[in-house]
Amino acid sequence: MSEDAKGSQRRSLLKWLLGGGAVAWLGTVLYPVFRYLQPPEVPEANVSSVKAATVDEIPPDSGKIFKFGSQPGILIHTPDDKWRAFSAVCTHLGCIVQYRQDLDEIWCACHNGHYNLQGKNIAGPPPRPLEEYVVNIQGKDVYVSRKA
Amino acid sequence: MSPGRPDKSNTGVMEWLNDRYPIKAWQDFAKKKKVPLVHGTIWYYFGGVTLFLFIIQVLTGILLLFYYRTGSDQAYESVKFLMTKVHFGWLIRSIHSWSANLMVLSAFIHMFSVFFTRAYRKPRELTWITGMILLLLALAFGFSGYLLPWNQLAFFATKVGTDIVGVVPGIGDFMLTLLRGGHEVTGATLSRFFGFHIALFPGIFTLILVVHLALIQIQGMSHPMGMEGKEAEMKTMPFFPNFVMRDLLLWLIVLNVLAILAVYFPWELGQKADPFASAPAGIRPEWYFMFMFQSLKFLPAHILGFEGEILGIMTFGIAGLLWMFVPFFDRSSLRGVKSRKITYIGILIVMFIIAMTILGYILS
Repeated sequence: MSEDAKGSQRRSLLKWLLGGGAVAWLGTVLYPVFRYLQPPEVPEANVSSVKAATVDEIPPDSGKIFKFGSQPGILIHTPDDKWRAFSAVCTHLGCIVQYRQDLDEIWCACHNGHYNLQGKNIAGPPPRPLEEYVVNIQGKDVYVSRKA
Repeated sequence: MSPGRPDKSNTGVMEWLNDRYPIKAWQDFAKKKKVPLVHGTIWYYFGGVTLFLFIIQVLTGILLLFYYRTGSDQAYESVKFLMTKVHFGWLIRSIHSWSANLMVLSAFIHMFSVFFTRAYRKPRELTWITGMILLLLALAFGFSGYLLPWNQLAFFATKVGTDIVGVVPGIGDFMLTLLRGGHEVTGATLSRFFGFHIALFPGIFTLILVVHLALIQIQGMSHPMGMEGKEAEMKTMPFFPNFVMRDLLLWLIVLNVLAILAVYFPWELGQKADPFASAPAGIRPEWYFMFMFQSLKFLPAHILGFEGEILGIMTFGIAGLLWMFVPFFDRSSLRGVKSRKITYIGILIVMFIIAMTILGYILS
């Protein structure tokens, strides 16, 4: 091997070492920043049942948003005197839905999404039904729990 | 300079500066710089207007910082205090909001004028790309600033906007948590948006703005198509003082328009955000996001087996990327020919944006 070729090989090796070192250095600088920006998981109390309202609070043909852990839920007292509860988070882009008396439907104002009173997406952009919860009436209190 | 007559421009401070810095060279550069005088000269002013409005944003933004407090339990109250108790607080906030909107409008006009005159063609591809990044940053400024008063409309706009980022395949979930500072829109989101709005974005924006302006100074203003090599025949006006004086006059007019808008149509604060309240009827984003918002509303839940929203968002993303790299696709502009296809695409896009925006306001 000529001296020139040897020199070129050495240069190429040095380039790789320097380049690799620079990438590794950048990685060690950026990795902590990258991890820092990811918020740590805060443990949440795993709520499986809450008292959402009292019976008198929600007359037939109306609804109420309630706290289900850290998430909003919607409790509906239907015109035919049935109780239903769903997650209030629209399956489209996460807005909070509401009960519409004039339509007897659950409606999302953000993108005009419609769900029926079984929580099924029936019109507009929502791609999935709302998650349904179980409603239990105990005396005057309305309890909502997750489905088993 | 005739002998014996003192050079008035070279006395005192100027002389002191000239001894140390190449002031004379800069003066000569400004004297030689020419602006093409063609029927579309009016469009050349919109870049300057956008710059002026950005300066207003920085100044009013600094003033707002003296009273604004971040945090979900303080932000709304601090803006309310600013608007009701602080002398001229309502005016400063109103100017900041109006100026933000006019800045985006002016940047859009600037972008479309550059597009239709093909000023992006070689050798100004990077000026176009840096301009596009600046426009995207201006939109990001608008989006992040919108949340800061922590009101109901902004809360849901942020929920929807960040959810859109969340559906991007692969990196969506990571980006969503990065933006929100958690899985939900909370006080942590507000802190992050505040940081983006007053530190990160201004820093990046200023850096790219300097590059954008430097490129324009290095290459000069774009000449109309077909005039390359015929510069001698073209009517021009000196950049300094003629164009600068006209620029300043227009800035003064814009400032007056801004004052009228801010005083007679003050920006409202609305209701405080409640993470456990239904989205109010008539909710809508800022006008510059309206066309995307309305398009997403029209999309059905499923298209060809894909979720409508994912398909819609991906389409906007790809269209935006193609738009950004148009100087590399538009081959005919290199030959000095205006491609009809590109013009029609541009007109279609403008019509689509206008139609969807109007529909958005009519239907909401």
